[in-house]
Amino acid sequence: MQTRFSFGGDEHIFAEVDESMSLEAFFKSLFITNAVRDAKIKGVTEICPANASYQVKFDPDQIKPDDLLTELKRLDRAAEKSEPVIKTRIFEIPVLYNDPWTHETLMRFRERHQDPNCTDIEYAARINNLDGIDGFIKAHSSAPWFVSMVGFVAGLPFLYQMVERQRQIQAPKYLRPRTDTPKLTVGHGGCFGCIYSVRGAGGYQMFGITPMPIYDPSQKISYLRDFMCLFRPGDIVKWKPIDRAAYDAAVVDVDAGRFAPVIRDVSFSLTEFNRDIDAYNRKLEGVLHGH
Amino acid sequence: MAIKVLKPGLATTVQDLGRPGYYHIGIPLSGGMDRHALAAANLLVGNEEGAAVLEAVFMGPELEFTDDALVAVTGAELPPKLDGAPRETWSSFKVKRGQKLSFDFLKQGARAYIAVSGGIDVPVVLGSRSTYALGALGGFRGRKLEAGDALPVGASSASVKEGRTIAKDLRGLPAGIPTELRAMPGLYWHRITEQAGNGFFSDTWKVAPEADRIGYRFKGGKPLEFVPREPPFGAGSDPSNITDACYPYGSIQVPGGTEPIVLHRDAVSGGGYFMVGTVIAADMDLIGQLQPNTPVRFVTVGMDEALAARHDRAGLLAKLRSSLA
Repeated sequence: MQTRFSFGGDEHIFAEVDESMSLEAFFKSLFITNAVRDAKIKGVTEICPANASYQVKFDPDQIKPDDLLTELKRLDRAAEKSEPVIKTRIFEIPVLYNDPWTHETLMRFRERHQDPNCTDIEYAARINNLDGIDGFIKAHSSAPWFVSMVGFVAGLPFLYQMVERQRQIQAPKYLRPRTDTPKLTVGHGGCFGCIYSVRGAGGYQMFGITPMPIYDPSQKISYLRDFMCLFRPGDIVKWKPIDRAAYDAAVVDVDAGRFAPVIRDVSFSLTEFNRDIDAYNRKLEGVLHGH
Repeated sequence: MAIKVLKPGLATTVQDLGRPGYYHIGIPLSGGMDRHALAAANLLVGNEEGAAVLEAVFMGPELEFTDDALVAVTGAELPPKLDGAPRETWSSFKVKRGQKLSFDFLKQGARAYIAVSGGIDVPVVLGSRSTYALGALGGFRGRKLEAGDALPVGASSASVKEGRTIAKDLRGLPAGIPTELRAMPGLYWHRITEQAGNGFFSDTWKVAPEADRIGYRFKGGKPLEFVPREPPFGAGSDPSNITDACYPYGSIQVPGGTEPIVLHRDAVSGGGYFMVGTVIAADMDLIGQLQPNTPVRFVTVGMDEALAARHDRAGLLAKLRSSLA
């Protein structure tokens, strides 16, 4: 991996760590952006990690573009040598798969889909050679996912499944984007999962919905009082399939201010993860459930 | 004091100079699309340059004042009327308690900035009063204005005279047809052929109807031809797809290689479309004043020219300041 740098006009430096998505590329972009943040470089105004790239916004009246580029290249070389370990958080996110709300929406936009004769989850199960809806839910929820980027709109996490590349779920985006997606839809496009933080347009396949808000600009949700966006790049998400009764109960709890999400601090080592992925994921699940 | 919104206009929002620092979690800068005009309106009424104002697009609101105030309208040529009597744009005028401010039809430009002495005093959210409608954040209840809203106005500290104006050559509006937007090629420029790259800069484009605070779409140029490739894992199969990445403000993405979109102040922070380059910061204000169907040419520049243009633009605001001092 050789990072490619480019100026994005006179106020941004764009760095592509790799053309392809991989945990290695994501880790490198996360490491460098953390290092840039720690370096507190004068004139840097925004530091944005993405899946396999990152971007730094700066004020050229305070730092010369070439000087910042030199500094980023230095940090990029240093990141190659650092041990790929991060201290992060793991979340359990309840999901009602195959729910009535995304179902209603996907039926409304069927003519924009690759296969108008089945649902998004049935389509994704088939093209990934999974055993129907149940097989899909198992594949989707059995291993955790990395939050590899937060953005597009406020607080929306892009998620990258923590399994070998050949086991990753892949699904194309809709042929033409929908003009509507229910808030808190669990979606998927290419190799990335996501949770739609707000209602709106979208092109990802829709598999289910979570009762757990992840963005609240009014900051009334108990666990979003400190900050309105739940996720940060580097967080880990584990889906928990729930039924309709559990979904309804969770919605009531959220509204009553007593919903307590399961969030734990965890340290993640990419080297150890790569040594035995399934064993490492079981260990992460153990952290989530306190053993 | 407050301002009552009798008619909201098309998409009138509260804006200041924006909300930096949260782009990494998808919350864009927001703020006035024409920052020069926004600062000018504030200076005319004795406010700080970055006080919150109303940004009205294509069509003005109708407002009733519950107290006396000094008002200025800059940016687009959207002529103000006070109780039906015409007032000048780019000039401050007194409004008495109970008077109504309305607007004539748009004559030129796209976005007018309505500054009121004391500034629009909505709550500061993450360091700014700007509206980010997609995220229902900031501004007046996170949305564009509606009839019946009552906008709080801050206490006016400065006492400046009415009737001060800003000379035409200090207004920094788009000039010439087609409008020239200077851009630095880069980002994923290598994805298109040399011929396509030349065509992008030599073709005349027109502003498409899909032009808003998130981005401006352009049409009418030749489709871009891509350099063939094996799609990288995670990018998607369309030649215009990339592994989802950050989008710079002003970046020019071309989904499917057909219609360029320049992202503006309410930009989506990232996504899976390749970009051919970035409009330089000095020319971003101009985009905010373009109406649909306006012919535009992209002009290729390098970093040195971008920085010189930036210096010139800052110099224009400095001159504007001293003209009012």
